[in-house]
Amino acid sequence: MNTRIVHVAFNTFREAVRDRILYNLIAFALLLSGAAVLVGQISIDIERLVVVNLGLTAVSLFGVVIAIFIGIGLVAKEIEKRTLYTVLSRPVRRWEFVVGKFFGLTGTLVVNTACMAIGVFLALLYVSHKFQSSDGWILVALYFIVLQFLILCALALFFSSFSSPLLAAVFSFSLFVIGSFSEDLRGFARMSQGLTQWMTTTAVYLVPNFSALNVIGQVAHQQPISTQLIAYNTLYALAYAAVAISGAVLIFERRNLK
Amino acid sequence: MSGSRRVTVATSLVLLFSLASSIFLLRRLDQVRTTATLDEVLYLNSPKWVKRLSLGYSGLLADIYWTRAVQYFGGKHVTVAAKDYRLLYPLLEITTELDPKLIVAYQFGANFLGPKPPEGAGQPDQAVALVEHGIRNNPDNWKLYYELGFIYYYMESKNYAKAAESFERGTKVPNAHPFLRVLAAQMAQHAGEIQTSRMLWQTAYATTHDPMVRDNATAHLRALKVDEDITGLEKLVAAYREKTGRLPSSMNVLIGAGLLQGVPVDPDGKPYKLMPDGRIELRNPEDFSFVEKGLPPGYVPGPPKFH
Repeated sequence: MNTRIVHVAFNTFREAVRDRILYNLIAFALLLSGAAVLVGQISIDIERLVVVNLGLTAVSLFGVVIAIFIGIGLVAKEIEKRTLYTVLSRPVRRWEFVVGKFFGLTGTLVVNTACMAIGVFLALLYVSHKFQSSDGWILVALYFIVLQFLILCALALFFSSFSSPLLAAVFSFSLFVIGSFSEDLRGFARMSQGLTQWMTTTAVYLVPNFSALNVIGQVAHQQPISTQLIAYNTLYALAYAAVAISGAVLIFERRNLK
Repeated sequence: MSGSRRVTVATSLVLLFSLASSIFLLRRLDQVRTTATLDEVLYLNSPKWVKRLSLGYSGLLADIYWTRAVQYFGGKHVTVAAKDYRLLYPLLEITTELDPKLIVAYQFGANFLGPKPPEGAGQPDQAVALVEHGIRNNPDNWKLYYELGFIYYYMESKNYAKAAESFERGTKVPNAHPFLRVLAAQMAQHAGEIQTSRMLWQTAYATTHDPMVRDNATAHLRALKVDEDITGLEKLVAAYREKTGRLPSSMNVLIGAGLLQGVPVDPDGKPYKLMPDGRIELRNPEDFSFVEKGLPPGYVPGPPKFH
């Protein structure tokens, strides 16, 4: 990879660590250990289910909040502090800056998710006393969550490339909610007719499909995930993130930074 | 070409390629995930838990659950294989727990639950339970009593006594449709089955604006017309046989004998077929859902078709 992109990415990661982003892990650890102790005492037979559901949902929600709120500030903060001008005069090209920021934020989230994953497995070990082979599917669910972050980081960057941080947060969060209901949107498209069907179908293909990336329920019930789904989800997340990043680059290339 | 222009062109190409790829992959994902979706909807299948977790937004959540029920069990857009009726009752239970005043969920939900497969889930007991639950939550809504009577008549092997009782209960509700009194009387008499059925479906058609319910009522009314026509024609064939000692070879023979005015046609305008054994058959049975007469021997009806 281009060394300038690596430098921007590494600095983004370092900045996130300096901003105490990883402190959310403490809140996560407290939540999960508290839940594990609690369900261990009061639940009958669903301790494992609760820990997996709660753990994976928390990983997803913590990450979504980080992806959106850090993602929207990546460009705006650099402009506000005027550090962007220094970076771009290095010379780092604008597209390298955007791509580097994307990899930096994604890297932060991967590290964050990896730490949380260890927490989920420790809580699981605490309530079940041993691992089962089906617990391996939890890793797939975690991988899908990381793919969600990939798309969200790209979207947050895209929106922040042309709007204010507040608006970018609203847009990104709205797309996350709509994308989580994309199965319903798909159903509406099937049921509607004429122009409405055309518009809904277009919306189905334009909004990110987060529901395909959410297999928490299946994994909690120890159901396997097909290899086809893993492959298609991976390619889809990469393609969608590439669309958003390309859009961000195109806008950022033409943006007047004076 | 300048550096910036090169970047713009290359990025545009990446964008277009990625967009096309994402659309293609989404289509593949749809194929991989078609059967998994409804199971996921119902992982949390306790109505009370769903209500608690709705954080007060139960109305919106009820609308979402109801829309899902229509999507999966609406009959018009899904294939029979894609339906898993096992999940229908919990879905309706959650919907009506989230919004006990959502009358459509009781009305149409019962219409998905009650009829025999492939038209429905073949669970009339649960259809009755759902509508009774609706009546408990909405005792002043006459449509629910009508629905209950309808289920007893159609889906519970013509339980006239229960149907009459349901329609009768409905007549006591303020602003009840006057038809309920007529229906209650008809049920009590057990008479004129086709006329009673026609009245039920005409009422169903007249009391809704929903195109799906109207289509369903129209399909049943068409089927009733066919059943009535064929009953009449078979009576004419029997009368001819009694008179001449043999079966008529064609409809023209019946016309020549003065028993018919012209070649009888089905609601689509296609002539009925007179079979060598004297039976009357539809020319295109696949165009008529819900018919009980005029079907070739061994004919297995497909999913309902609405016109």
